[in-house]
Amino acid sequence: MKNDWPARELVHRDYRHHPPALAPLYKTSILRSPRNALISLQNSLSEITAPVFTRQELGPRDSDLILNYAKDGLPIGERIIVHGYVRDAFGQPVRNALVEVWQANAGGRYRHKKDQYLAPIDPNFGGCGRMLTDDNGYYCFRTIKPGPYPWRNQVSDWRPAHIHFSLSGEAFAQRLITQMYFEGDPLVGRCPILQSVGSEEAVRTLIAELDTHSAIPLDCLAYRFDLVLRGHRATWFENRTQGAAS
Amino acid sequence: MKNYLPETASQTAGPYVHIGLAPHAAGFDIFEHNFSEVLTQPETRGERITVEGCVYDGSGTPVRDVLIEVWQANAAGRYQHPADQQQDKPLDPAFRGWGRTCSDFDSGIWRFETIKPGSVTGRDGRPMAPHLNLWIVARGINIGLNTRLYFADEQAANARDPVLNLIEWEKRRNTLLAHREQRGSETVYRFDIVLQGENETVFFDV
Repeated sequence: MKNDWPARELVHRDYRHHPPALAPLYKTSILRSPRNALISLQNSLSEITAPVFTRQELGPRDSDLILNYAKDGLPIGERIIVHGYVRDAFGQPVRNALVEVWQANAGGRYRHKKDQYLAPIDPNFGGCGRMLTDDNGYYCFRTIKPGPYPWRNQVSDWRPAHIHFSLSGEAFAQRLITQMYFEGDPLVGRCPILQSVGSEEAVRTLIAELDTHSAIPLDCLAYRFDLVLRGHRATWFENRTQGAAS
Repeated sequence: MKNYLPETASQTAGPYVHIGLAPHAAGFDIFEHNFSEVLTQPETRGERITVEGCVYDGSGTPVRDVLIEVWQANAAGRYQHPADQQQDKPLDPAFRGWGRTCSDFDSGIWRFETIKPGSVTGRDGRPMAPHLNLWIVARGINIGLNTRLYFADEQAANARDPVLNLIEWEKRRNTLLAHREQRGSETVYRFDIVLQGENETVFFDV
């Protein structure tokens, strides 16, 4: 990367687009949400920098969930591609962002020692993958569409089918974890976790669209899911840090 | 505000965050290279420290499914990132400054093996006291919580730190101090995080 990388602040986070810490219909949030207001900081180097990841750290099948845990055959379920662009608030591509994903298998069962749901484990499906965005901010992975699953919130709550996403961008203050849902799923409107998001507009940003143009005939369907991270403001720090490039 | 894209909404990491971010903790092996809680290599410069603690919920119960990431400067006080142009402070090729840890499913204890960071220049040109930036996610946490760990034995630097001094409630500053203890040859800083209630840790909107 270039040496003249500017020390630029990020636009502030607009909390109206996010779920509040305390969302009582999602019961676990009641005892795990701070009661005090967050203290707002203006950015320093601590917030505008972040770890840099390299392609050498990732394996060749890390972004292929259909094959990266296959032992004696293929996993069972609906074969899909999930792809899209990671951009910042100004529409600029976020390059070299680390995208990590995890999910349940086709029956809604997670490969996790704490998951006791009676739907079976798929011996050929692990359920996690990771990749770096390219110079256009593009990412793409292949997987099995996850199934919905029941959870202990209200006694008959079910999560819609979803894939968890984690993004590490250019600044530690861009760090984000979210969940991707599937277009047309009737459980979406009933989910206390998703419905804790403040506005309908923000909820819509979490729903991937069926993308038949990118489907591979006689092989797999595709979903398109774009993500937006916080953007860098055009102005630099008012008082440049000591030794900063002029 | 036209032509301004809203940030993708946050969602909880959920109870199975380990599958994606720390598959060993979930109970299986899949990637050749795994990210971990060890930030040091043999050649890394600086004083070795262990940072250890527990996260508590509003009832005082340990949060046993938390995932924490750390981001910190090297021993000279410089971040391994091109936006850090503090040319007077050397980079350390053997130190990335980032790690990821999970609390133990039984005890709730988490830990990092790292080095004590140097002082980084703040936005006003004055030095910030040595600190680690922590980011905390778990089931029940809808948006990741940012906090800073400062070192209780850096009293003079802490007293001048621009961020600590932003906290109007002086007593709350103490929630960001990690306390040093010696266990044989191991230097441990203990840092407990309280999500809610009495002695609630200060969290930042960064």
